[in-house]
Amino acid sequence: MNTTLLGLIIVLLVLIILFQISRAGELIGVLRGNNMTSQERNNKIHGMLFLIFMIVGLPLSFWATWYYKDWFLPPASSVHGAEIESMFFWTLVATVPVFVLTHIVLFVFSYIYSGSATKKSYYFPGSNKLEMIWTMIPAFVMILLVYQGISSWYRIMGDAPADAYIIEATAKQFAWDFRYSGLDNKLGNKQIKYISSENAFGQDWKDANNKDDFQADTLHLPLNKAVLVKINALDVLHNFYLPHFKVKMDAVPGIPTQFWFIPTKTTEQMRQDLNNPKFEYELACAELCGVSHFNMRRVVVVEEEAKFKKWLASQESLYKKQNVAAKESNTTPTTASQQTEENSSATTSKKVSLK
Amino acid sequence: MANMHQDTLHNDLSHDVIHHDADHHEEGHGHHKESFITKYIFSQDHKMISKQFLITGIVWSLIGVFFSVLFRFQLGWPDESFPLLEMFLGGWAKGGKLDPQFYYALVTMHGTIMVFFVLTAGLSGTFSNLLIPLQIGARDMAAPFLNMLSYWFFFTASVLLFISLFLQTGPAAGGWTVYPPLSALPQANIGSGTGMTLWLLSMAVFVVSSLLGSLNYIATILNMRTKGMTMMRMPLTMWAFFFTAILGVLSFPVLLSGALLLIFDRSLGTNFYLSDIYIAGQQFTNSAGELVQGGSPILFQHLFWFLGHPEVYIIILPAMGMVSEILAANCRKPIFGYSAMVLSILAITVLAFLVWAHHMFMSGMNPFVGSIFVLFTLLIAVPSAIKVFNWIGTMWRANINYTPATLFAVGFVSMFISGGLTGIFLGNSTLDIPLHDTYFVTAHFHIVMAMAGGFGMLAGIYHWFPKMWKGRQMNDTMGAIHFWVTFVGSYCIFWPMHYLGMTGVPRRYYTDEYFNTFNMYENLNVFISVSAIIVFAAQLLFVINFFYSAFKGKKMTTENPFNYNTLEWTTPIEPGHGNWEGAIPAVHRGPYEYYKDGHDFIPQTTPDSALK
Ligand code: HEM
Ligand SMILES: [Cu+2]
Ligand SMILES: [Cu+2]
Repeated sequence: MNTTLLGLIIVLLVLIILFQISRAGELIGVLRGNNMTSQERNNKIHGMLFLIFMIVGLPLSFWATWYYKDWFLPPASSVHGAEIESMFFWTLVATVPVFVLTHIVLFVFSYIYSGSATKKSYYFPGSNKLEMIWTMIPAFVMILLVYQGISSWYRIMGDAPADAYIIEATAKQFAWDFRYSGLDNKLGNKQIKYISSENAFGQDWKDANNKDDFQADTLHLPLNKAVLVKINALDVLHNFYLPHFKVKMDAVPGIPTQFWFIPTKTTEQMRQDLNNPKFEYELACAELCGVSHFNMRRVVVVEEEAKFKKWLASQESLYKKQNVAAKESNTTPTTASQQTEENSSATTSKKVSLK
Repeated sequence: MANMHQDTLHNDLSHDVIHHDADHHEEGHGHHKESFITKYIFSQDHKMISKQFLITGIVWSLIGVFFSVLFRFQLGWPDESFPLLEMFLGGWAKGGKLDPQFYYALVTMHGTIMVFFVLTAGLSGTFSNLLIPLQIGARDMAAPFLNMLSYWFFFTASVLLFISLFLQTGPAAGGWTVYPPLSALPQANIGSGTGMTLWLLSMAVFVVSSLLGSLNYIATILNMRTKGMTMMRMPLTMWAFFFTAILGVLSFPVLLSGALLLIFDRSLGTNFYLSDIYIAGQQFTNSAGELVQGGSPILFQHLFWFLGHPEVYIIILPAMGMVSEILAANCRKPIFGYSAMVLSILAITVLAFLVWAHHMFMSGMNPFVGSIFVLFTLLIAVPSAIKVFNWIGTMWRANINYTPATLFAVGFVSMFISGGLTGIFLGNSTLDIPLHDTYFVTAHFHIVMAMAGGFGMLAGIYHWFPKMWKGRQMNDTMGAIHFWVTFVGSYCIFWPMHYLGMTGVPRRYYTDEYFNTFNMYENLNVFISVSAIIVFAAQLLFVINFFYSAFKGKKMTTENPFNYNTLEWTTPIEPGHGNWEGAIPAVHRGPYEYYKDGHDFIPQTTPDSALK
């Protein structure tokens, strides 16, 4: 409380002092008459300040980037992530020189062309040749970047390999739920209408593919195998975001989305590489979804395929857990009309595309 | 009385523009006594309307920037408690810590206020109104009455949004982009109740204001240029305002339609944007009790960004125009490549309509569609680059006079370079996968839009201040201090955000503490917050300077003490309604003839015969 007040008072005092000094300067200027030399001095000072800003600022920007580089995400733990990193690198190659050169020219000009009454500017309204040059070069560079970008984009967003392991991620306020497709790698149909306290996903128990689907609180992924994540949301927009794998895709109520990728480093490996025994891969939400948007963390575990398979086999299916078979024999069978309703999020391991 | 005045004005207009009839105008001010209300409140004088936009914009900017300081407290010191906050905010800051709901409300209001009320209405509204008639040589806007309405619709929009700040449930809190379903469902967020209703109404009224203004600007520029003022002799400000208005007219209606459909979804039980929703333990059903299906949240994003992207150019084009004018005038040199500058504005305007979906690469949109938007998005960097090179070319072998306006103009160029280059990263959908919705985006758009746009606006205020306040000038020393603190401070705020972005830290997080991946930037966040507070304090210095100078500032003693070329400097020191006392001067040349053939400057009104 006191420090905040003190801070406010200091700010106020500084403002008053600056105000008084500035006013005094103006009054003196009026008394002396509007002399050109003070204007010239003023121009020199600001030209110099721009130059200093550049001489300090440019190296500082590089130094700071270097200083923080170890805090940036480590090399991506996915196959397509490496492709994104290459895109990033080439975009840096295209932009950093422009950043440096334009700023040097801008601030050097600011300095050497600071004005005075004795100097005159050079009347030069432009040059079409120069305009051509500085239109064509950026255009050419952009086309190269677009070419590399779109090629990668199509590979990344293209069809998942036919043997990709299918996992479903469902977002709701404020948690992620995972449904694994079990040993058959087929997710059963589900529908909002079937959601109940016993059936969190709204699985259609008449779909045989549902019999081995199970739920998990941790996202387990197999090493060096393609995984296809089917992403959906129950209530509002969310975003399935795995920073270390460079995976990001909105979760949209009513419109299923997906993202496939190949993890290339186990959690264990990362712990060694980063020398951090506590390291965990994390899943976050990257689309504002309400008051606890910042708190939708899930842990992600990447393990060797054999270990992953073992884990898969050890999980109990929701069908069994909820003892659906027993309950179903007690209730009247559902009508055939419900059978025809398909939910597009339900799918098999057949070829999938986003289109 | 207002009407009578109006009629005289129009008669004069037709005289001037058509016959260039010299003598009979002692028009405007002196002739008709105006009441306080017609002069200061329901004024139809473009200069007064411009001041109304500016003052409202300044009030909003103080509120909007203050909000950002509040939430920077949370981000910089997440564990600290500030009892002062609780004193002022009560339940929104229990125990001196911002409530997350309130944090999101602040973020949402900050974005809405700064984008629409400050950098659209406050910038374009102020300077289009002030400068269009003055720089093309017209007595007023084509339709002064609609112009007045434009301000009062903006005022109404302001009031609606302002009221929403005091609701029990708080204002809208779903981000300035108000994506449904979050914004459509009060059960998803309490800010999506009455707060969101007021947001939508405010926006609808704002669109009306913007359209009335823009149509007026277009009509005025096309029809009311003085004799000799061909399009290619207009100052670049005019071209910028002209294309800005076109962007506004073509894109704001789309936002209105998007907002209307959202209003329908919220109040009339339609489901344009809603489908398959299960919320708060229940299916989201229609009145017949059936699950609502078939709507698309992505549709809203398309409608929103069809405005939203042009909107960022609606903000930056006027700033670009003013920076071009201010740079040339104070470099005492013609703008480099006038026609290239005009063409690049045109190219930006056209391309601005073809890039909106770059905000939606990760929305689940068809990847093929995404790739088309990559192409157009990166192409828009080309006209942007042309402009930068031309500004730098203008400074080459110049004789630069560093007024506060010039300082901000140079700062603008630097900011626009830094922020434009990061756009090239984000515009590439492949790179947008890791960068989307991280602090990298926050850094990008604050530098290229917020800072550059703000610098353009401040440059304009310093430069044309005498034309608004009876020939008084702002204090240069305070202006210089204001510039340097803001310039250095802004880089200190936004440059480090790139680092957070490269660590993948998501934007719009109340705290990063739950994620080991994101939570290591405590010190840097303190640094950013401290910088933000210092920059905010510097803006207070600006406000002091502004109001002090408006009443006590140094007065110009001649019409054109700075030797500028454009028409506004041929009006009297205190121009009345109607702007010129005699006939409107005719124009004989372009606006940027500085040091041509040994003449320091050649005002546009100088005929060739007067040059020897
Ligand atoms: C060089 C040209 C530019 C390119 C290629 C570019 C590209 C982009 C892209 C792709 C995004 C979306 C990033 C994401 O959400 O993942 C973005 C965001 C944004 N850009 Fe730019 N941009 C450029 C220039 C500008 C300019 C000139 C302005 C404004 C004057 C601007 C304002 C914004 C804003 C406000 C956002 C964020 C909106 C939000 O999500 O809240 N950009 N830009
Ligand atoms: Cu979220
Ligand atoms: Cu955009």
